[in-house]
Amino acid sequence: MSQVTGTVVLAVGGGALVAAGVTLLLERSMVRLVVGLLMLGNGVNLLLLTGGGPAGGAPILTDGLYKVSRIRAMNDPLPQVMILTAIVIALASAAFLLSIAYRAARLSGDDEVRDDVEDRRVSGGDDELRARIREQRREFRHWSRARRREIRRARAELRAQIRAERERRAVADPAETDDTDDTGGADSPGGPGGTSGTGGAGR
Amino acid sequence: MNQLMPLAVLLPLLAAGVKITLGPRRPGVQRVISVTVLAAVLAIAVVLLVRADRDGPQVAQLGGWPAPVGITLVADRLSALMLTVSAAVTLCVMIYAIGQDMADRERPGPLSVFHPTYLLLLAGVADSFLAGDLFNLFVGFEIMLMASYVLITLGGTATRVRAGTTYIVVALLSSMLFLIAIGVLYGATGTVNLAQLSERIAVLPSGVALTAEVMLLTAFGIKAAVFPLSMWLPDSYPTAPAPVTAVFAGLLTKLGVYGMLRAETLLFPDGRLRTLLLVAALLSMLVGVLGAMVQTDIKRLLSFTLVSHIGYLVFGVALGTLDAITAAVFYVLHHITIQTALFLVTGLVERRGGGTSLHRLGGLARTAPLVGVLFFVPAMNLGGIPPMSGFLGKLGLLRAGLADGGPLALVLVGAGVVTSLLTLYALVKVWNQAFWRSPGGVAPAGAGPAGTGPDGAVPEDAASEDAEGEEETAPPTARLPAAMVGATIAMVALSLAYTVVGGPLVALSGRAAAELLQPQGYVQAVRPMTPGRS
Repeated sequence: MSQVTGTVVLAVGGGALVAAGVTLLLERSMVRLVVGLLMLGNGVNLLLLTGGGPAGGAPILTDGLYKVSRIRAMNDPLPQVMILTAIVIALASAAFLLSIAYRAARLSGDDEVRDDVEDRRVSGGDDELRARIREQRREFRHWSRARRREIRRARAELRAQIRAERERRAVADPAETDDTDDTGGADSPGGPGGTSGTGGAGR
Repeated sequence: MNQLMPLAVLLPLLAAGVKITLGPRRPGVQRVISVTVLAAVLAIAVVLLVRADRDGPQVAQLGGWPAPVGITLVADRLSALMLTVSAAVTLCVMIYAIGQDMADRERPGPLSVFHPTYLLLLAGVADSFLAGDLFNLFVGFEIMLMASYVLITLGGTATRVRAGTTYIVVALLSSMLFLIAIGVLYGATGTVNLAQLSERIAVLPSGVALTAEVMLLTAFGIKAAVFPLSMWLPDSYPTAPAPVTAVFAGLLTKLGVYGMLRAETLLFPDGRLRTLLLVAALLSMLVGVLGAMVQTDIKRLLSFTLVSHIGYLVFGVALGTLDAITAAVFYVLHHITIQTALFLVTGLVERRGGGTSLHRLGGLARTAPLVGVLFFVPAMNLGGIPPMSGFLGKLGLLRAGLADGGPLALVLVGAGVVTSLLTLYALVKVWNQAFWRSPGGVAPAGAGPAGTGPDGAVPEDAASEDAEGEEETAPPTARLPAAMVGATIAMVALSLAYTVVGGPLVALSGRAAAELLQPQGYVQAVRPMTPGRS
């Protein structure tokens, strides 16, 4: 009925945001998904704004309630109200997605969306997939065992180093009590920091 | 009297607020509140249905602002029918969930998270059905979706987070499409009120109207899981807890179908996308049921049949004749009930048998005969065995297709028959493996590999592999909670009641369809001031 007469900038900007948002939505990383969602939402909001027609004065009716000319010059408030609602909804969705991304990161170490295992099992043949999973699990077990051994060895080495260092100092400086102050100043980047770090990882 | 209408939305919202305030305290009171509120919504829906059937569409102008300015709630026969069945289903599922919750007490989560979110879900569903303007429909959808995001990731296990992400992203994309469609329609017509839109779209340039129609149908199509847009559904539904899957499968996709029904009758009655919808219906039916046939997990299998049966509904919407819409409305009611009932029974199977994988279930007909009966009846109903309601609905749709007589409609009639048979095949497969197979040959869940079953269906070490993979699976229990069984029996009985009251119900569906096809009544009811305005 009424002609769409928004500015070109809004339409093009909205279109660009939607395009960028959709591109990001195709990513597997959930943080990118959230960013894509926000861009998409903002793009759509700009498009809604263009749906409200040309820019105009503030839509506040005071004494000029019945002056048709002033009503004509007003901006259409309805799309803005809709945008407000849409912003709130996008905010809530983004917050929820972020918490899910955090949860996924806690569970699996990264925030990528995985494939559906059941889907692949049904479509790809059970045995092949099972064999592959089993093999990967074995590989991972080997890798983690080796890594654990490596860490343990590194820790033992570090501990031995520290012990050697302490003994060296104890021999060089008979005053035992000053020892801690000295090492605190000299060795803190290598010694205590290293032990506590590997200790945490090992446990 | 129409002030009752906002209560259908407000009561659940209010109760959800109370429950969030209470947190995990006073579980008994909270359960009573949940059930009371759901029962109250059901009562309101029934009152609305009676009044809408007797006096025409019921309208509530919120805040006293007249129609094009304020927010309008409208309950015509279709809305009231959908709301009544939805409220009945949500009530049953709530009782089921309470039974399940009381049976395994160790988890404190359900009461403080599940109950308020579930009530929000109902508020969103009610708002969507009663919405008299497009933007309010969007808001209703969003309330429902936000609640569903929480419900589908309930507990936050790895599988649910993965499945939930797919679901959330797809749902958000469809919401954005919906919003763009609203923007296009508002820009073109200057209104979002459905009644006013119905008048103004008729005089729009055809290209603009077609753009808006395609976008709206795409958005609704994603929610309804019509074929090319249905990939997310079997991926995400099966991982959720049984009551959640049940209510999702029953209600949420039907909201999309409801949106399509409204759009195609009230907003775009010229049916220009008929061919497109018919093809989508055909593909949904066939792809869905073919997917169901190869599944080995009951929940996933049922999710695929859900997609295929959405095809029947879209078929009815696309044909657009009085008979077709009548059958589609009846079939929606039938399908909400039956799909929920089947998922509830699957929940019982999961408890009783320790899982839903067909590789591991067996002999349930002997060990749990009641569950067997409860599964068999809705399964046959879904497969369309006469005289159950699935048969009545399918018969109506096929007759409408034959009456249409076009080549594509005839192809769809054939596909409908084939799909019905294949659905039966898939469900009989479940029956044979989970219920009739001799229990001795199958490894009981979690007991490690016990060799292959009599038909060689259990591969080597499948049991141990699966037991490692699924942390969800509860150990099989001998006693099922009475509330769970009772709620399931109620759902199955409701689905059978559709046959008993088949005549009046089909007549009511017919009146609803007639009302849909004559949008003037709707428009008049919403905006009585402007008769014959164009």
